Amino acid sequence: MNVLDKLQKLGQSVISVFSRLGQATLFLYEILLTIPGLLLRPSLVIKQLYTTGVQTLVIILVAGCFVGMVLALQAYYVLVDFGAEDSISQMVVLTLMRELGPVMTGLLFAGRAGSALTAEIGLMKSTEQLSGMEMMAIDPMQRVMAPRILAGFLAMPLLTAVFMAVGVLGGYLVAVHGVGIFEGVYWSLAQLKVDFYTDLMNGMIKSVVFGFVIVWIAVFEGYDSVPTSEGLGQATTRTVVHSSLAVLGLDFLLTAIMFGDI
Amino acid sequence: MNSKKIEIAVGLFVALGFAAFFMLALKVSNLISYESESGYKISASFDNIGGLRERSPVAVGGVRIGKVYSIEYDNESYEAVVTMEIEPQYNRFPTDTSAGILTAGLLGEQYIGLEPGAEEEFLTEGGKIDVTQSAIVLEEVIGQFLYSKADEKE
Repeated sequence: MNVLDKLQKLGQSVISVFSRLGQATLFLYEILLTIPGLLLRPSLVIKQLYTTGVQTLVIILVAGCFVGMVLALQAYYVLVDFGAEDSISQMVVLTLMRELGPVMTGLLFAGRAGSALTAEIGLMKSTEQLSGMEMMAIDPMQRVMAPRILAGFLAMPLLTAVFMAVGVLGGYLVAVHGVGIFEGVYWSLAQLKVDFYTDLMNGMIKSVVFGFVIVWIAVFEGYDSVPTSEGLGQATTRTVVHSSLAVLGLDFLLTAIMFGDI
Repeated sequence: MNSKKIEIAVGLFVALGFAAFFMLALKVSNLISYESESGYKISASFDNIGGLRERSPVAVGGVRIGKVYSIEYDNESYEAVVTMEIEPQYNRFPTDTSAGILTAGLLGEQYIGLEPGAEEEFLTEGGKIDVTQSAIVLEEVIGQFLYSKADEKE
């Protein structure tokens, strides 16, 4: 009997995982349908771009600068043994563009903007603002969810580009003014190795995918949250955990497709 | 007023994002070298090109003047044919210019070094460099060194 109970629990959790996935997909489909109508009112999206994009900018700038500087220091530590310390820039730029730029931005974005989205929508639900909107014949999907999804989708690539650029500049500071690489060497060796399409554009494609997945998870978790203070907390935690894991998992998948020759 | 501030901030944010992207594209990637398709092409045959690749630099006296455009294998002469694209302002290479595959540093990137000759006529589009020197393959050099050492002992 005990074994059957355990089996039942396993089956239950598997079914609930898939039913949530299905709900999330239907939810996304419903939102995507409302996006054409949303284009008539761009001010809603601009307001959300402010909260997801502009307010995340500071943490992105600071983190990007430090990541770039640390990369340059560590690259120097290894490369100096081979007399190849001139190649610092190649290492910094390639690491930032291919992996760290999109992934770090994704993780920071999930922590800063994703959790805020979930909490905001969850609170709207628990204070019955969403059902209030429905009473007034305003579609909350179009009014609340769609602008947030669209804004996150637009903000992530921009934030990633800023992160990469600041990281490259941070690496430049350490490499040129810290360990004494010539300035021209720093830029020209990077130009020699870094390909616009395979490196920069693939990094940007990654960031678009991550941004989409993060806002999708964040908005759905908020919409699906149990409308109590405890449920809200759990939903916010789930947003951060799930979207971080999704970013890392998808990153492996995308890297394998883009650079792995699989 | 408040919404105006928000719009200004968003505008700045988007502009910053695009500025960062263009800075990356122009300053640290090879986007510029994609565009300069205006140069003239000359070719040279090598026995061994080592680690040379497309878009490797072509230099004279260490100054970059062009890039490797394509690398092909000639089935009849058993040689690698390297086509180089030289920037149009450097159009005064005599026809007996020689080309060698050199390495930047001991383990660095390989590039083509041109050595101008003394003829009065200049290379033009489709020109061919006859005097070439192949890449030095480190294993071969070490192998020859070891053989010569072994010969000395006998």
